[in-house]
Amino acid sequence: MDVRAQVSMVFHLDKCIGCHTCSIACKNIWTDRRGTEYMWFNNVETKPGTGYPTQWENQDKYKGGWEVSGGTLRLKSTSKAKYLPNIFHNPTMPTMDDYYEPWTYRYQDLFNSPPGDDQPIARAVSMVTGEPMEIKAGPNWDDDLGGSPIYASNDVNLSAVTEQQRQQLNALERLVFFYFPRICNHCLNPACVASCPSGALYKRGEDGIVLINQKRCRAWRSCVSACPYKKSYYNWNTGKSEKCLLCYPRLETGQAPACFHSCVGRIRYLGVLLYDADRINEVAKLPQDKLIDGQRDLILDPFDPKVIEGAKKNGMTDEFIQFAQRSPVYKFVKVWKIALPPHLEFRTLPMLFYVPALLPVLGSTENDIYKSNTKPEDIFHKFNEMRVPMEYLANLFAAGDVNKMNYTLRKLMAVRVFKRAQTVGDIPMATALETLAQADTNEKEAEAIYRMTALPTFAQRFVIPPLAREVAIEAYKDPQEHKKEAGFGFTIEPKRGL
Amino acid sequence: MSWIQDIVSPKTRDWEEFYRNRWAHDRVVRSTHGVNCTGSCTWNIYVKQGIVTWELQATDHLELEGEIPPYEPRGCQRGISYSWYLYSPMRVKYPYIRGSLLDAWTAARSRIQDPVEAWASIQADAKLRAGYQACRGKGGFRRTDWETVLELMAAANLYTAKKWGPDRVIGFSPIPAMSMLSYAAGARFLQLFGGVNLSFYDWYCDLPPASPEIWGEQTDVNESADWYNAKMIAVMGSNLNMTRTPDAHFVTEAKHNGTKLVVFTPDFAQVSKLADEWIPVHQGQDGAFWMAVNHVILKEWYVDKKTDSFLDYQKRTTDNPLLVRLEKEGDTWRPGRLLRANTQDAYKGEEHGDWKFLMWDSKTGRPRMPMGFAGHRWQKKKGQWNLLLKDGVTGEDIDPLLSFAEIKDEALSVQFDDFTKAGTCNRDIPVKYVDTPEGKVPVTTVFDLLFGQFGVARPGLTKGYAANYDDKEAVYTPAWQEILTGISRENVVKFARQWARTAELTGGKCTVIIGAGINHWYHNNLIYRAAIVSMMLTGSVGKNGGGMAHYVGQEKLAMGEPWGAIAFARDWNNAVRLQQAPVWHYVHCDQWRYEKHFSDYHVLPKNQKPGSLAQGHTMDVAVTAVRNGWLPFFPQYNRSSLELAQEAEKAGAKSDQEIVKYVVDKLKKKEVQFTVEDPDAETSWPRVWYIWRGNALMSSAKGHEYFLKHYLGTHSNAIASEAVAKDSVKMVKWWDTAPRGKMDLVVDLNFRVDTSALYSDIILPAATWYEKADLNTTDMHAYVNPLSAAVPPCWESKSDWDIFKALCKKIAELAPKHFPNPVKDVMSGPLMHDTEAEVAQVNIPDWLDGKDEPVPGKTMPNMSVVVRDYTKMYQRYIALGPNFAAKGMHAHGTHYECADHYEKFIKHPKKRVVEVDGKVCPSIEDAEEAADVVLHFASVSNGEMACRGYEDMEKRTGVPLMHLAEGSRNVEMTYKDIQSQPRRQHNSAMWSGLPSNGRAYAPFVYNVENNVPFRTLTGRQHYYLDHHMYLQYGEHLPTFKPKCSPTSYGDLVYTGKDDKVLMLNYLTPHGKWHIHSTYGDNERMMTLSRGCEPFWMNHLDAEKAGIKDNDWVEVHNDHGVLVTRAAVSARIPPGVSIVYHSPERTLNVPKSPLRGNKRAGGHNSLTRTRLKPNLMCGGYGQFTFYFNYWGPTGCNRDTHVLVRKLPKLEY
Repeated sequence: MDVRAQVSMVFHLDKCIGCHTCSIACKNIWTDRRGTEYMWFNNVETKPGTGYPTQWENQDKYKGGWEVSGGTLRLKSTSKAKYLPNIFHNPTMPTMDDYYEPWTYRYQDLFNSPPGDDQPIARAVSMVTGEPMEIKAGPNWDDDLGGSPIYASNDVNLSAVTEQQRQQLNALERLVFFYFPRICNHCLNPACVASCPSGALYKRGEDGIVLINQKRCRAWRSCVSACPYKKSYYNWNTGKSEKCLLCYPRLETGQAPACFHSCVGRIRYLGVLLYDADRINEVAKLPQDKLIDGQRDLILDPFDPKVIEGAKKNGMTDEFIQFAQRSPVYKFVKVWKIALPPHLEFRTLPMLFYVPALLPVLGSTENDIYKSNTKPEDIFHKFNEMRVPMEYLANLFAAGDVNKMNYTLRKLMAVRVFKRAQTVGDIPMATALETLAQADTNEKEAEAIYRMTALPTFAQRFVIPPLAREVAIEAYKDPQEHKKEAGFGFTIEPKRGL
Repeated sequence: MSWIQDIVSPKTRDWEEFYRNRWAHDRVVRSTHGVNCTGSCTWNIYVKQGIVTWELQATDHLELEGEIPPYEPRGCQRGISYSWYLYSPMRVKYPYIRGSLLDAWTAARSRIQDPVEAWASIQADAKLRAGYQACRGKGGFRRTDWETVLELMAAANLYTAKKWGPDRVIGFSPIPAMSMLSYAAGARFLQLFGGVNLSFYDWYCDLPPASPEIWGEQTDVNESADWYNAKMIAVMGSNLNMTRTPDAHFVTEAKHNGTKLVVFTPDFAQVSKLADEWIPVHQGQDGAFWMAVNHVILKEWYVDKKTDSFLDYQKRTTDNPLLVRLEKEGDTWRPGRLLRANTQDAYKGEEHGDWKFLMWDSKTGRPRMPMGFAGHRWQKKKGQWNLLLKDGVTGEDIDPLLSFAEIKDEALSVQFDDFTKAGTCNRDIPVKYVDTPEGKVPVTTVFDLLFGQFGVARPGLTKGYAANYDDKEAVYTPAWQEILTGISRENVVKFARQWARTAELTGGKCTVIIGAGINHWYHNNLIYRAAIVSMMLTGSVGKNGGGMAHYVGQEKLAMGEPWGAIAFARDWNNAVRLQQAPVWHYVHCDQWRYEKHFSDYHVLPKNQKPGSLAQGHTMDVAVTAVRNGWLPFFPQYNRSSLELAQEAEKAGAKSDQEIVKYVVDKLKKKEVQFTVEDPDAETSWPRVWYIWRGNALMSSAKGHEYFLKHYLGTHSNAIASEAVAKDSVKMVKWWDTAPRGKMDLVVDLNFRVDTSALYSDIILPAATWYEKADLNTTDMHAYVNPLSAAVPPCWESKSDWDIFKALCKKIAELAPKHFPNPVKDVMSGPLMHDTEAEVAQVNIPDWLDGKDEPVPGKTMPNMSVVVRDYTKMYQRYIALGPNFAAKGMHAHGTHYECADHYEKFIKHPKKRVVEVDGKVCPSIEDAEEAADVVLHFASVSNGEMACRGYEDMEKRTGVPLMHLAEGSRNVEMTYKDIQSQPRRQHNSAMWSGLPSNGRAYAPFVYNVENNVPFRTLTGRQHYYLDHHMYLQYGEHLPTFKPKCSPTSYGDLVYTGKDDKVLMLNYLTPHGKWHIHSTYGDNERMMTLSRGCEPFWMNHLDAEKAGIKDNDWVEVHNDHGVLVTRAAVSARIPPGVSIVYHSPERTLNVPKSPLRGNKRAGGHNSLTRTRLKPNLMCGGYGQFTFYFNYWGPTGCNRDTHVLVRKLPKLEY
């Protein structure tokens, strides 16, 4: 057992309001420079929808992630056979058409237009060419476009639903959308790291954050292709690729990443998971229907004396282990089993988990009169009567396993039924307790899930471990010298091709 | 340390400083955004090397009580994009002026030494004037300097005061609460000058008239945290996650605590995603659903069983037990007016006996008069204005009978309206006969009338009533509403049962969260009333977790008392000029000329009697409203108010009273006219317009193209005839040609070039929200937040406080030549809410035809005299005037003295003073000083003031209230305090929630828990409205009126239609990527949307019109044209289109082939103002004017448009 630590994440999609504050918090700080315009380390997608870059989940097209071949794991994008011929041209790399052409407006014309016989405007111009352009795509182009025959209907995850179901998603009775915020998953088996010919990508030992060394990157862009989530981007100005850094400068100072901090829906949780690094390869190769349980097994119980011993052996302090024990992510993922990884079938072992959204009940229409499909006596509808095909959700978050999705949603609904019985009483408590039991849970756990879902403070949502900067620095420099010198020096912009 | 080192050693990771350096910053300052989003979020602004680089939410709110989730973090995608503006290419860095005006000014100034005379020479030259007006909005700006523009503006002001009167200088700035000192700056300048402030909350259609109708309150709502206390939430017309972004989490969190969420929206709006049930109700028809819900509640909770807690609530807090007279009309009876207390011998001698009412006491079996009515509020004897159920004379306990069903003398067949059929129905109502001076009259109770109105039969009372829920023909049954709402009867019944049951089990924890999606319809008041009735019937108003949570606009200015004194210069003057904007725009930009009778689109009871105000042209009702003192109107007269005062004195008037009398006589003899009677005469025009903190010409300009035509005198894309009203108006002088270009000068203060800036004559560079000191409050939470300068005002920008200060200084400099001495100004204003004018007009007066005497403040507007000294404008602006101490603090009918604290400020060794005319006053030269005054003298932020407020209220009500201020007496806030942490307001008599000790603010808990009356006619919540106009309009009871039909509404009379063109209802709800027009033009928001605000339409509609997603479309009607791109989705229902409020016409807008290839407009190019006339009534209980409180609103949801694919794209 090789006990390692990963700062991991849970996004509670039932709470997500699709506001994109997270995206802008990130953009303001990290990707507001020339060359980074189109980079969205954090983006939010409307689901069903095609996402950003468009249809990124389609690995037939992009060849991201891993595949198991002859009992071994290999990258889909750059297996040895494909690597050399494609080193200067990678056909699976997303192009500007898959992203968008960034634009701005000629705002100055509003001040500077000479007197004329009609009102002046600020034309849209390309940030790439500076020329006027027609806007045909953007990083959030199908925002709120549920019920779109062009976008929602072409969601890759709808492959499992019938044509009839797909059509119904455009009808009043079934129409639905929800939000899917995405950042780098800081995977345990990151395809981007494995793909880099320059060895510029690495996973930090202390927190598992995956980074691209801006000094070492040589613009091969293999990481862009290899990442099945398309969360690595090429900076055309510096000639380096960049990606989400989980705001390590903030984490190192005890602050949640900007997108977590700014999340107004309060959907985000962050905390340490301990895992067994010895078993990564084995788990990543499991058959698809074993993947969810496999990844959960990989995550270790921070209260287990053997795990603690292993953690200590690997240099973790008592305090650090206590943070792992208090991790809200551990509870959601491992204890309550209501947070699931996105597209685990890509086999990168993502360490960002999602609590799926509860969605409104289905309806029916007769003679143009709409009716909700609930029984008169029901306060809440059943978890599986909501407006979205379960197969669809399972494709997104449960590697296609509908049972895993049902388990999660049933438990979430059961908690609500229990709280209704407790706070209003129009559902009998006996019924509520039975509902809890059917959902593999009980009063105590339901209360804990409720509190962590509804009431948590910043400190409860973000359990940020001490990252021991002084220890890291000490490895190569006297921390006191660092204190005296920190920040001095000239800023030299990295040049293209460095 | 293998866990750090084993993969990559720290040494090779030293490049990581790359991102650490970016994160490093030099300063963090707390500020917020002044943008009418209702957020009032507390933000940290990050400054690096003297440059603002980004912002993130501050997270240090004080926690609320018990099991309520934290507020943190507050702030949204729009707010977090604000830092983009500061150094952007659209930042206004310097003053700008249009070249054609500057040339005229320079030429005039080279000839004429005196700036005022120079301006006069330009205005005298009609061609020159029309010439620079025609250039408005068409480029040609030049950078200029502060001295030039200040002199020009000062000259224009003084010229206008001298030539026409000061009330031709007007200002528009919305929503003070979002940056209250910046608002106060311009308002203070205007009121010191004698100018006019335009209202905003009503003009934006944010004001829900149902709130004053029912509660006598502008708006008072739950802070968002209180949603968490609700156990059932209905959301209607409010797109929570999109428009209440920082607050939506309380709803998602409440769900996990067992709360049920039902969402009513016609489209699958973003909020639908959060719902347990989404009810796709037809747009604008929600009222029908709620009327049927009320039918079910009455039937099952009041007839099938008696719900004691609900019944008790009706008796104690509503008008349900009050007696109503029935009036014979032909061979039927109709509900009439409330029976007055002075009709009974026992109460004959009562002061204001017409303003006190009666309940049937079940113990003594006769009508008894409890307390708490408007008559008790305004009588000499204080201490009887309370809701105790005791006889107002004897003090004996009263047990009111709610219904005569079991003790009736008779059942009369009473007529009720059925507006869906434009007809009536008759239903049996139980009555008692009561002796009055007019003889025996039949009376019933409001409660009994409710059963009649909703059609709920009771044992022995079945004639004319609905047979059952499936009775489609009977109004207000669940089956009746199906065709209107498109929602099944089963849904109604189920919803009603769950709603009432939840309320019964939880003591009223049912909340309706409601917003602009409802409030912008013509009949919004009725939709609101229908929903509010469901909460009154279930005892859910005045409860934590219950009530009508209306959020449209950041109307809540928590520190209202001292702020009002500063903003409206009440510290110097006794009277103000505050204008109801909807009426003003309707009249002055000539929109009244474009319509005929309002009865064309507003369904009314038939057989109106002669003299009824429920017929004719809206303009004629407006004239009546102004004459009777119901609504203000400026300019006041077709003569200068300065000149009239001077003339009166010449004619021998010795006192203010005699001056007033002189003017009243002139009005009576028709020698002086109200301008509303002849708005197109040049003597009636507004002349100089200041716009600040808002986008008056675009985002709020319903009828934008008419603004361009009649106010600005520039190009317009409207094609409607301006002579439609010619034969319909009776009380207004008709001019065959409508004037163009009424405004001499339009000035915009701005940090960016929005449409208003682009169309103004002068743009002044305003400091951003990260560059000035200010205060910000909201109704979404009960904290006080500051705006602060993270960096000083950039380039040549100045704060609004400093800009208007500089203007005052320049006016004072130029004034001595033109106004060497103080001048008297005759003031006219309406009958005001929370004053004795609430008991002014039992019946509608008519003094012009000699039926009544013209008595200012009684049968006509209030009148008074103010002395102006233009040479002292600056000194007065920077000094907190003596009236501040002498008059004490007022708001919402509360009062407290503060002279001792005023003295304290003067004597305070660290505070500055200013001397004006030998009087020493506290200084408010700097905005920060004003902020400290506001915080110190307000009852929500200074516990001593709170105590004084409650003390005063105890005297008025006679009930104990001081316990509410316990623990706050020593609390004081300063500007520095709120910069260090958002501070929470404490209980205050100004507000009806009780937020002390972390209790979530819920409206009217103060009233319901403490027997403090509502500020209405009866002191109770009103189901019944017995003003003559409400009776005439058939809105005396909660009712349903159908939407205005597209053919009768008159949007498409002149617009051609061919096969490929599609007609759609045009909705402009609040959007995701902007707050009104702000943010919607920045790179961030444009990138995350589609580079424009698209035209959302249904996929089947789009197919019909041959339109594909992202095609350019040309959307048009009689009023104008909009060209944008289509967003096609099944989430929009057929027949509906949405353009989210509000795009600018400045960004990437193509030309319109339909309008001669001229530039297309913005979303308001397709709208026009129509006013609902019964909302103009006044002088009667809660129907009394207050600024932004009462009057018709600027609704625009009933608009229809045609859409086609744009044939040719050209910029």
